[in-house]
Amino acid sequence: MEEKLTLFKNRKRFGIEKNIDIIFKNTTLVLSSFVAIILLGIILVVFFQSFESFSKYGLKFLFTSEWNPVKDEYGAFAAIYGTVITSLFSIFITIPLGVGTAIFITEDFAPKIIREIIGSFVELLAAIPSVVLGLWAIFVMEPFCRGFFALLHSWFSWIPLFSSEPTGRNSLLAILILVVMLLPIVTSISRDTLNQVPKKLRSASYGIGASRWKTIFSVILPAALSGIMAGVLLALGRAMGETMAVTMIIGNSNAFSWSLLSPGYTISSMLANQFGEADGTQVSSLFYAAFILMILSLLVNIFAQFLVKRFSLKYG
Amino acid sequence: MQNHNLFYQNKSSRNITDIFLTSISFLFALFAILPLFLVVSYILFKGGSQINLDLFTLEPNPPGDEFSAGGINPALVGTLIITSIASLIAIPIGMGGGIYLAEYSKGGLFARFIRFGVNVLAGVPSIIAGVFIYALIVSTKIIFGSTYSGLAGGIALSILMLPSVIKTTDEGLKLVPNELRQASLGIGASMYTTILRITLPAAFRSIATGVVLGIARAAGETAPLIFTALFSYYYVSGFEDLFYEMGSLSVLIYNFALEPYDVQNKLAWAASFILVLSILFVNIFARILANITTNEKRI
Repeated sequence: MEEKLTLFKNRKRFGIEKNIDIIFKNTTLVLSSFVAIILLGIILVVFFQSFESFSKYGLKFLFTSEWNPVKDEYGAFAAIYGTVITSLFSIFITIPLGVGTAIFITEDFAPKIIREIIGSFVELLAAIPSVVLGLWAIFVMEPFCRGFFALLHSWFSWIPLFSSEPTGRNSLLAILILVVMLLPIVTSISRDTLNQVPKKLRSASYGIGASRWKTIFSVILPAALSGIMAGVLLALGRAMGETMAVTMIIGNSNAFSWSLLSPGYTISSMLANQFGEADGTQVSSLFYAAFILMILSLLVNIFAQFLVKRFSLKYG
Repeated sequence: MQNHNLFYQNKSSRNITDIFLTSISFLFALFAILPLFLVVSYILFKGGSQINLDLFTLEPNPPGDEFSAGGINPALVGTLIITSIASLIAIPIGMGGGIYLAEYSKGGLFARFIRFGVNVLAGVPSIIAGVFIYALIVSTKIIFGSTYSGLAGGIALSILMLPSVIKTTDEGLKLVPNELRQASLGIGASMYTTILRITLPAAFRSIATGVVLGIARAAGETAPLIFTALFSYYYVSGFEDLFYEMGSLSVLIYNFALEPYDVQNKLAWAASFILVLSILFVNIFARILANITTNEKRI
């Protein structure tokens, strides 16, 4: 009789435990779906807030650079051009630097300890907040680069990109500070991919008599290409959305200019500058610009993830 | 015939090319670590000279005062509060989500969708999180009628922390050997006991490292705060201050770096000194901890 009672008790406890188990599982399920809810929420909220401006200006918004709260005329061409041009130029400068550094870290040129120190320094660079980099850019980099920009203008003023007199804060400085911010991303992702390339490939290449750099260029880099590309795209997405350092150094002018030596604007710096004081159609127009920025960075990010998924298994 | 010996020929073109390219990659590596040294040394040099007791105890003076900029106490406290709010929101949600992905989902469609979403959310520009929270909380005055508030700032930051917490939890749990789970379930433990008592403790250090790095990153974020928490010159004195504008170190650096006054700029350097040193300290500490974990033999 007593045995039956304990058995019964055990079964009852088991029932409670089972319920806790189910509750626990469902709680984690709900918590994990928060990500999807937030993501959808962001897209929907930004889209609906931009609706007023979208219906008023339509696609003309993308191709005019009038930004006049008094006349209620808005166009984001200068900001979109600034976003695209700063992120593209900065990524083109970063690719050789970042991949070169990653090669130096993964090849056995220097003792392991030195390479590891360089690697962790590059990663620590990623930990420095962008607002601090902006502060540094204003007070250290800008005075340092001034003479160099003047030379650039006097030599290359026939190229539209350098056609204007250099001003204190300009797009080129924003590009340079973006390079500093993107370097850790490109370097660490390239390093991880290069480390994953099988040793066999390298040995085979050495075995048929290829030199070290012939091996790197013709065997190892092609094998790691998809990973490096994904890293580059992630960095590009970061460059487009980067706000603080760029806002502090780019000069914030909505007057459109081809030249990198004149003050510019990016979508994110426009948001940072104007969002606090805007009202009416201006807020909606800023949301419209934010929506464009979000679409651009989503496309780049999704494409990067597609590349990782599509090609990462090849040598995995 | 003289070229056909087996010794290393330092004049052959392939060896010269190799040495040339090797030195270029070395130069690039030097270039890559140069900014870190420059930035950190300027911060130590320019910010370190401003450090005194007043800095930690006083309120910042409004711009225009030529002689003394005051201190950064409200911003320091504000950063701690806002980052804590963000952590309190992001860590439970993120760890719960990570547990689901690693322990319950069997790589199904939903889990793949969520993992994809985590990566996409990690790539959303930080200023968009600020814009989102502005539209959702600040402009609608949904939290007890308050507009700009420390709470809204914390929520905006938590959106940025969430993907990194989920990722580290997911990846940390996946590294736990399956035998541990099987052993625990085999002696009759239920699933949640197994997770809470066996797998989470086993993965604790790697998850903690990732979470701490995420918090350090969030502490330096500015863009989501500039129109959610805004800025405040005044001491945080009580609980109700959560519902009003709140200062933070990063917004203080942004605001004061753009002021034309020298004393304000110096205050920005001092704030950078404190912010960067604490972030770098946390980073180095977490990395050392992670290294110890990977070098130790697992069960």
